[in-house]
Amino acid sequence: MKSLEVKLRSLRAEGRKALVPYFVAGATPDWTRHVEAAVLGGADVIEIGVPFSDPMMDGVVIQEAALRSLERGTTLESICQELESLETAIPLLAMTYYNIFLHYGLSRAAGRLRESGITGAIVPDLSLEESDEWCAACDEHDVATVFLVAPSTPASRVREVARRSQGFVYASARMAVTGAASDEGEGARVVASLREVSDVPVYVGIGISTPTQAAVAASFSDGVIVGSALVKIILEGGTPSDVEAFVRSFREAIL
Amino acid sequence: MSERDHVMGVPDERGRFGDFGGRFVPEALMPACLELEEAFRSAWSDVTFVAEYHLVLRQFAGRPTPVTPLPRLSERLGISLFAKREDLAHTGSHKINNVIGQTLLTKRMGKPRVIAETGAGQHGVATATAAARLGLSCTVFMGEVDTKRQELNVFRMELLGATVVPVTSGSRTLKDAVNEAMREWVTCVADTHYCLGSVMGPHPFPWMVREFQSIIGIEAAAQLDELGVGTPDVVVACVGGGSNAAGVFAGFANSDARLIGVEAAGGAAVRSGSPGVLHGMRSLLLQDEFGQIEEAHSISAGLDYPGIGPEHAYLAATNRAEYYAIGDEDVLSALSLLSESEGIIPALETAHAVAWIVKEVGGLVPRGSSVLLNLSGRGDKDVAQVRALLRGEA
Repeated sequence: MKSLEVKLRSLRAEGRKALVPYFVAGATPDWTRHVEAAVLGGADVIEIGVPFSDPMMDGVVIQEAALRSLERGTTLESICQELESLETAIPLLAMTYYNIFLHYGLSRAAGRLRESGITGAIVPDLSLEESDEWCAACDEHDVATVFLVAPSTPASRVREVARRSQGFVYASARMAVTGAASDEGEGARVVASLREVSDVPVYVGIGISTPTQAAVAASFSDGVIVGSALVKIILEGGTPSDVEAFVRSFREAIL
Repeated sequence: MSERDHVMGVPDERGRFGDFGGRFVPEALMPACLELEEAFRSAWSDVTFVAEYHLVLRQFAGRPTPVTPLPRLSERLGISLFAKREDLAHTGSHKINNVIGQTLLTKRMGKPRVIAETGAGQHGVATATAAARLGLSCTVFMGEVDTKRQELNVFRMELLGATVVPVTSGSRTLKDAVNEAMREWVTCVADTHYCLGSVMGPHPFPWMVREFQSIIGIEAAAQLDELGVGTPDVVVACVGGGSNAAGVFAGFANSDARLIGVEAAGGAAVRSGSPGVLHGMRSLLLQDEFGQIEEAHSISAGLDYPGIGPEHAYLAATNRAEYYAIGDEDVLSALSLLSESEGIIPALETAHAVAWIVKEVGGLVPRGSSVLLNLSGRGDKDVAQVRALLRGEA
């Protein structure tokens, strides 16, 4: 079992719902300070977005942050270097599009992630059917590959995703790209479909923007992922203490 | 010809043409891609569906389009030049062939709505046209830059009852329109078909779109036979994503004809690109050393795409087709030449193919060769831009 899986299963065994804030690496010069602030605020896992020019699964907020980051010259390599000086014991995940890893070299990329303290990866445009080479590279380097389940995923595929996903399954709460939504979504149904076939931890994301929404999602899952709502604060000039307060408000809601 | 028997056949079960193609999409879209593949396989082997597709092409789209000998230009260049007249198809380009296939399929799948991306506006207009004809609701995503370059096409789509959404992300051109259409598709996949306009995207699109466009090459081969030309020495088509080229190549892939794809120099994925993954496919892409996609730059919005369909990447890798690039500077003179010598104003996209022929006569195209030009679209949409360029105003 990979390091990430061991950690996340023990987190669940302790009865703690995982809180997973998402950051776009390099969106601001002090982005690693934001990550540290999120840890202080009570994050259990950090998802680190590596910017890509054509983020097909992302809404306007994360697109904007990715663009800013790319304009600052951010690369996978620069992110890994900055993470090496980050002092935190909680798991880090990388989230990016396949072309970034493909271009860096799959095995080299997985190795570089692990070296900089990243133990898992989410690649939203990498379908199960195309993932063998990437998963093999991750296996060489103790990096867990996290797959998504969407409301549209049929039962047969839910079973396969649950079998292949390592650490947790990312349950998409709605048929949408990343970004705030006010409706309740279909998270409960998606999580239930996973529970039927697997005991893998299930985290809910896509459209969770308030502590109340997070509390509801946490009540039927093992964790929640908060992305655009947090990235928006940073785009608007939020300080590390703003980030800490934001994350803490979610922490308190899902305890 | 045995070694060429399978050229431009069915891709493998993962949707691969050699190393290219596949299906790189978010899980949310996977069921739709699988459903589409099944629907297309079933429809394309159903004689009733195929007959309806041909009937609509004949009664509504003006097929078959003729092959026109171009005697004055032939004489001037010292070759035998023929044009497959996709400019005469309804809406003014080959794009209608694909959208009639896909919109009929949309009806067959029971979906009431289509979305599409468009660059120059030709695919958007064609989709809006077919949607109107079949009673489907239609939304078209178009880069904001292109909505300005092709203002009249925006109005055409609106006249046809479609909603045009200007895309303001990224480079605000075709690639961003594709991104936005994909994002939209995630939210409405249950009742909406994404009517992709070229031989690109995730499986089964590259294969399906080529099949719907193969009517071009199949007709042309028969028409050249009737004209006593037989197999031409060279078949030339412009390439953005590559749908008109794939369509005409399909009629000649298993012959001895040389197949030539002409890219815009500022969007030459085969000449200047490298393998990567974008828009659901593994293909050749313009990208930087970190895998960030670069913007294409061309005089023609329809060729402003930083990638190429995966089957073209495969045809290039296996040397079955050759790809060359033509710069903006050669395009206007080629457009004028064809207009003046043959009475046909081609689209700026098509003018790239004309320019390549003019440039390569006596070189890659020996004098005396028989050459088929796929005249993929008419130039009406471009005349305002061409006027400005020729007068030095743009």
